[in-house]
Amino acid sequence: MKAPSSVKGNENNLFGHEHMTVIRPPSGWHMLNLKELWAYRELLGALTMRDIKVRYKQTVLGAAWVIIQPLTTMLIFTVIFGRLAKIPSDGYPYPVFVYAALLPWTFFSNALSTSGSSLVSSAQLVSKVYFPRLIVPLSSVGAGLIDLLISTGVLLLLMLFFGVAFTPNILLAPLLMLGVVFCALGVGTILSALTVSYRDFRFVIPFMVQIWMYLTPVVYGVGFIPEEWRWLLMLNPMTGYIDGFRSAFLGKPFDCSAIGVSVLLSVALFVMGVAYFQKVERRFADVI
Amino acid sequence: MSRLAIEVENISKQYVLGSEASGQKTFREMLSGAIKEPIKRLQRLKGSSSQQERFWALKEVSFSVNEGEVVGIIGSNGAGKSTLLKILSRITAPTSGEIRYRGRIASLLEVGTGFHPELSGRENIYINGAILGMTKRDIRQRFDEIVEFAGVEKFLDTPVKRYSSGMYVRLAFAVAAHLDPDILVVDEVLAVGDAAFQKKCLGKMKDVSCDGRTVILVSHNISMIQSLCSTVAFLDSGRLLNKGETSGVIDTYISGMSQPMSEGEGWSGPRPGNGWVRATNIKLHRKEKEVDTVQMGQDVEFIISYELNRQLSDVGFRIEITTIMGEMIYWFSTDYSNTSIRVSGKTGSVICYLPNLSLMPGSYSVNIVCGAEGQLSDRVDKAMKFDVADGDYFGGGKIPPLGTVHVVAPQTWMALGIK
Repeated sequence: MKAPSSVKGNENNLFGHEHMTVIRPPSGWHMLNLKELWAYRELLGALTMRDIKVRYKQTVLGAAWVIIQPLTTMLIFTVIFGRLAKIPSDGYPYPVFVYAALLPWTFFSNALSTSGSSLVSSAQLVSKVYFPRLIVPLSSVGAGLIDLLISTGVLLLLMLFFGVAFTPNILLAPLLMLGVVFCALGVGTILSALTVSYRDFRFVIPFMVQIWMYLTPVVYGVGFIPEEWRWLLMLNPMTGYIDGFRSAFLGKPFDCSAIGVSVLLSVALFVMGVAYFQKVERRFADVI
Repeated sequence: MSRLAIEVENISKQYVLGSEASGQKTFREMLSGAIKEPIKRLQRLKGSSSQQERFWALKEVSFSVNEGEVVGIIGSNGAGKSTLLKILSRITAPTSGEIRYRGRIASLLEVGTGFHPELSGRENIYINGAILGMTKRDIRQRFDEIVEFAGVEKFLDTPVKRYSSGMYVRLAFAVAAHLDPDILVVDEVLAVGDAAFQKKCLGKMKDVSCDGRTVILVSHNISMIQSLCSTVAFLDSGRLLNKGETSGVIDTYISGMSQPMSEGEGWSGPRPGNGWVRATNIKLHRKEKEVDTVQMGQDVEFIISYELNRQLSDVGFRIEITTIMGEMIYWFSTDYSNTSIRVSGKTGSVICYLPNLSLMPGSYSVNIVCGAEGQLSDRVDKAMKFDVADGDYFGGGKIPPLGTVHVVAPQTWMALGIK
């Protein structure tokens, strides 16, 4: 007897008894199975929570590291770029100026480095259990969000301390953050998939992140770059967001075209990242 | 009439083997290699190099499983059992063919997948459950059952890295055992824990199969397969040789394995190696007479005859003793005993003397491996079979119960602290 094709069953319930699954050899590009991803949302939650819980286990300072890391970076940058190199900060106190940019940048760079190595460090899981592989880089990007939330609190305190006025602009910060998340997911999924086959990327990613930071207006403002070269800066999807963050927190007007370009670029990166990931994910268990 | 739960159609899986020639390299070769290697490696990673050795782990395997059927999969090491399970559980994709199944498959290829040593037992139960596809509600409902089954109540909030390995495995199995899938795929995870826990697991597995759940089980443990499975599939070198009712398939499996593979000339099967030295025969001797059954505790010797196909100075031999199921028990090697075997002429033979044979009663199979100058020259699997009969190994008339262990060893016991 053949499996009756009429047995379609309840398509909404992936885990239902009537659901038919077909396993075939991988064939090129295929669509992201959102339904399946949704069915595994609890695993995404569990892995994200695991990453968060584990990160500061057996450290003395524990979650305080979440605050210490960006604060230290801010102090170093303030001394080197603010005091010694005297990089202009558009009239705002340099510490707040650089911290407002470090906020999304730290999230982004951590997301790239953790998601880049995420699949390889979950090799055990990948080679022993099935689940949509996308969950792995997703959860490592997700785990960074909590740090972002905490360090945003620190920024608000810094603003009070340096007497920077709050403006309604700040309400747009969550939307900008969403853009950064998409951008990080796009680049992160590509890097994680590439690292599975080519471990070279473990060494490439740290350099890449470092260089990328200097190509992004983090320690300097967009205004620091001569007008005729500014379009080059805009090709970097993070430029619009970082500049947008400064506008949101420091109250300077938004550069809508820069943000628009960033949104377009990060959506493109996200689509590319997920598509590439989908194409190669079925090979992971064999090569990891 | 029962419905089909799984239908496997012409599944094949090909792996690409690395073809790096091993051996010593000169410094100059190492230097030039440092430049050429990345290019070669890139080609290999992209899978475009043509000189790669390809290997079919599974070749055109088809079968179907009815709902509620408990299927055992048997076969010697490398027969493709684990690959089949990995394809069924969607961990790796088949190279060709198609599988259709109804419902949800949960696979247990390993216990404790995703356990994090830093997290507590409680946290790990939730994470492991989620990884295996349970919802939070499922886990919460069965939480007490899981904890009780594992017997770790007191240590629930201790990081699992502080658990004893037994506790760790019990907790891991407990989570898995409380899964509720339509189809359960299990790979030898029962080979864990102490005897009492194994019995508990076996009981749990029986419950699962009695519930009318479809189960696919890989095991080397024939008695377990016999007690759990209604049908058995027999894989050999990636092909499905036989699938049917348990006792029938197991009979052919065992008789196939224990056939005195017509010695010497009649050895069939692949003979990997460069062929510089080739084994031509092997015999089991006792007091200079050829035998096929020896007693435990007797002094015995294996005699390997070989031929040389080129001038060689350094030749080595290894005898591997396995159970009929293919579980490796002993390696006896000229390497370990620091013996150098001198050779001359075209043929010769070498003797391996084993005093006080410590194998338990049963049937065993012998593989021969020949090497020359650090390279594999010949390998004959299942070159011969022999039986070990009951014997008084310890001199007290007692030996461990049959089926508990494969080997015994000399031992001395004494009470400490008593003057």
